[in-house]
Formats: sequence, structure tokens, C-alpha cells
Amino acid sequence: MSYIKNITDGFGTAATGMKFTLKHLFSPNVTVQYPNTNPYTEISAVDKIPDRARNRLLLDPDICNGCTSCARACPVDCIEIDTVKVIANDPDQPTLSDGTKRRLWLAKYDINFAQCCFCGLCAAACPTEALKHTTVFDYCTYDVNDLLYHFSTMTPEQIAEKKKLLADEVKAKAAAAAAAKSEN
Amino acid sequence: METTYYIYNLIANSTTELIAAVIVAIIPLLFILPYALVAIYGELKISAFMQDKLGPMRTGPYGLLQPIAEVFKLLQKEDITPDAADKPLFNIAPVLIFVGSYAAFAVIPFSSYFAPSGLNVGIFFAMAISSLAVIAIMMGGWSSGNKFALLGAFRSVAQIVSYEIPAAMAVLGIAAMANTLNINTIIESQSGWFWNWFLFGGQGGIEKIWVIPFTVVMCVIYFISSLAECNRTPFDLVEGESELVAGYATEYSGMKYAMFYLAEYANMFVAAALITILFLGGWSSPLGDILNGPIWQLAWFVIKTMSIVFLQIWVRWTLPRIRVDQLMFVCWKVFLPISFVCFLAMALARMVQ
Repeated sequence: MSYIKNITDGFGTAATGMKFTLKHLFSPNVTVQYPNTNPYTEISAVDKIPDRARNRLLLDPDICNGCTSCARACPVDCIEIDTVKVIANDPDQPTLSDGTKRRLWLAKYDINFAQCCFCGLCAAACPTEALKHTTVFDYCTYDVNDLLYHFSTMTPEQIAEKKKLLADEVKAKAAAAAAAKSEN
Repeated sequence: METTYYIYNLIANSTTELIAAVIVAIIPLLFILPYALVAIYGELKISAFMQDKLGPMRTGPYGLLQPIAEVFKLLQKEDITPDAADKPLFNIAPVLIFVGSYAAFAVIPFSSYFAPSGLNVGIFFAMAISSLAVIAIMMGGWSSGNKFALLGAFRSVAQIVSYEIPAAMAVLGIAAMANTLNINTIIESQSGWFWNWFLFGGQGGIEKIWVIPFTVVMCVIYFISSLAECNRTPFDLVEGESELVAGYATEYSGMKYAMFYLAEYANMFVAAALITILFLGGWSSPLGDILNGPIWQLAWFVIKTMSIVFLQIWVRWTLPRIRVDQLMFVCWKVFLPISFVCFLAMALARMVQ
């Protein structure tokens, strides 16, 4: 009797499958025609990319205090930071955008998105919320070097000037220390 | 059937018989090529829709130019003949497989006013000539000098030769009921409303009702057997890509592969047309004498046949491939005994009529 059962089972399961595919033949498609349809704005709330999705990072250099927490948190070392100390009597009297005094000039802040794994550890580590994920996800380039993003707004001349100020201050302090030592 | 050769006579009266013969022979080719494009596009779109996807959308509006682009792609490809191949056989095989499916069009009547040939043993010829595909596949697979191609060819022969038998039993049953092998006569004996189709037991009053289950089962058997003969999923063991790379077509590329591709779709149409002729009344209108002119008959024939082609595509994208031992089990232990019983019932129906 398993012979008859095999045959009825075979046709029964085939019919179930055929019914299923027929149902899907007429059900709406789930494909998003991506370059024509923006997956953030032009599709239903259910299908769109979540707002908290981790996409390209953006640094606000006016908030960043140059603490390098992000670079130390990065598992792939794709963030490179170079800072210059702000001397006590700097002519610019720099402040961060929250009003506190800036301690470090952000001479270099580079993120290489060719290496970035979008884990989000850097943004979580940032104490001032200067580093955040944006909704920009399509930024392919023809040249891999174009994926190295420079976020620092300082020009090379400004950096050289600030380095010189710092060197002068160090020299002055050293001279003062030497003078104090010779007095003793 | 004085109207069967209507187009032939029309051309022969104004020119010569030779020109008329050539033109009548070419008309099915003019049908196959656009049909293949439509079938490829349909297969791409239906398979995509069944998976809730969109299918080709970039080549032309709604991807309508996709099959044409695929044909051009195949034409551009390098035509490679492997060193280990038996070159004459390797080169003949793609032509032969297309010859097999194209020759079957010789007896397929598109309308009561057009059949390339009104052969008296038409259905027998169609069965015989479509078996030529076995030789072509074996030829292509063996001469490729590739173990995957040879394995695919082995499977193909085992499969097609086995499934010819239930298919032949179905044809035999219809031939017994219609009392002829002539395709036009088979179709004419199903004329009238759709309950006169052989799917529903042929002509006759309410007393024919006991034979309907047998004819329906026979139709299902013939449909599944024709799937196996066309090497369509779930019987695509011949070219099962997860097991045999591409089966007998592994070493083929470019134009020769395109010939295999075209022959597959032509074969699908032949199988669907034979089901239409044998069980669904061929070109005759399902509504009796309503809409039964020559052009309407062409439309009815194409609609019925394309519905069967759709069914083939639908089955392909639903069912997974079956195992080799299951393939043989289904053929020899299920279809064959059941088709014998159905054949006896159909012959009995003819006797008591």
C-alpha cells in the first residue's frame, strides 16, 4: 500500500508546491530598483534601510577634541589622527563648538573607507559625539585612493604655524627651566 | 482534408510547386524564432515573479530586449572545439538536435487551413522524429571527450528511451479512440464543445463519463513524460548543473550552444503542441462553431499550446530535480502499469461506442 501512498504523496506535495509558486507569481515583488529608487526615502517604511544602519562616517572637526579614542577603538586601524598641542597664549584662543577650550589642534584626521568594516566602535567610543554614521551608503569610486577621506579643515600653513608656536613655547619653557636651574 | 494544403496550393498556383514547398517548409522556422524569444523572456520573467523578484528590467522597457541581447551574446562568443573532441560528430550534434525538433513541425497543424504536411501517420512521425534528440545528445556528449558530458548523455539516453514508452501508450490510446494516426483527423474527431476533447473522453453522450478519469490520468502521464523527453526540470538530470556542470552541453559554446538552447525551446513547443493535439482538441475552438474560422483556429492553437508551455515553466520553477533511481521508478513502476490500464479503458470505450 506504500506504493499507492507514494503516488498520492508525490502528486499532493507537487500540487502544494505549484499552489505556492502560483500564489507568489501574482504577489507583489520585493525588489527595490536601487539606483532609480532611493532605499531611504522612496520606499515603504517596512522595506527601507533602518535609520540607525551604519553607513559612511562623518566627523565634525569643530566638535572633535582630538582624543584619539576612535583610532584606538578601531579594529582595522583605518583612522589616522595627528594632533598639535594648543599653547597657553595662542593668538586664536580656539574653542570647541560647545564653548569649552580646545586643547589640541586637529592637524590630520583621515578615515580610509576602503578598510573600514562599519562596526561602529569608533562612533560609540567618541566622548563628544563628533563622529557619527550618516545615511550615505553609495560612494563607490573608480580609484581606491578616493576612499581616503580627510576631515581636518586646517591648511598645511596653519599646521606649520601652530607647530612652530608649540616649538617656540617648548624652547621658551626649556630656556626658562635652564635659567631657573642656573639660578639655583 | 482538402483545406490542409491551402497555403501550399495558394503559392503553387501562382508560382511553382518547388517554391511553394520551400516557403511552406520555412513558415514554421519563422514561427520558432520569435516564439523562442518570447519563451525565453517568459521563462525569465515567470521564474523571477515566482521568487517575488522583477527579472530583467534594464535591457529595454521591462527588459523586453533581454532575449535578443542574450542571442547576440551567444553569437559573439568564441566557438571552441576541444582537442579531445571527435570533431565531425561534435559539430553535427547541435544541427541534428535542431533538425529533430524542427522536423516534428512538419506535421503540426496550426489551423485547419495550414499544416506543412497532412501525413496519414502524422502522430507516429512526430513521435519517431522527436526521438532524434536522443541520438544528437548522445553524439554531442560522447564526442565532447569530457566525462561530465558523457555522463549527461548516458542519463539522457536512459531517461528519454524510458519515457518514450508511457508517452507512446498515451498516443496509442488516443489513436485507438480516434481510430487514426492522422493528426488532422484526430483533431476533427474532437470538434464541437470542449467536453468533446479527448481529455474529457472524446465524442459521446453522458455514458462516456466512466472513461474521463482514465483519459485525464493519461493526459497527466503524457505531460510528465513529455517533460522528461524535453529534459526539463524536474527531469533535468541530463544537464543538472549542480552535478554535471552542464551535462552534454558542457563543451559547447557560442553558436553551437545557441542551437541546443533553441532546440530545447522548440522541443518544449512540440511537446506542448502534441498535448494540445492529442488531448485539448488542437486548433478546434472550445466553443463549438463559435470563433472557429481559420485565423481563430490559429489563435486557439497558439493559446492552448502556450498555456502548456506556461505549465512546463511553472513546473520547472516549482519542483526540484528528482534522483536517478526515482526517475526510473516513476517511469517503469508507476507510469507504465497505469498507462496500460488507461489504454485498456480507452480501447474499451472505443469498442462500446
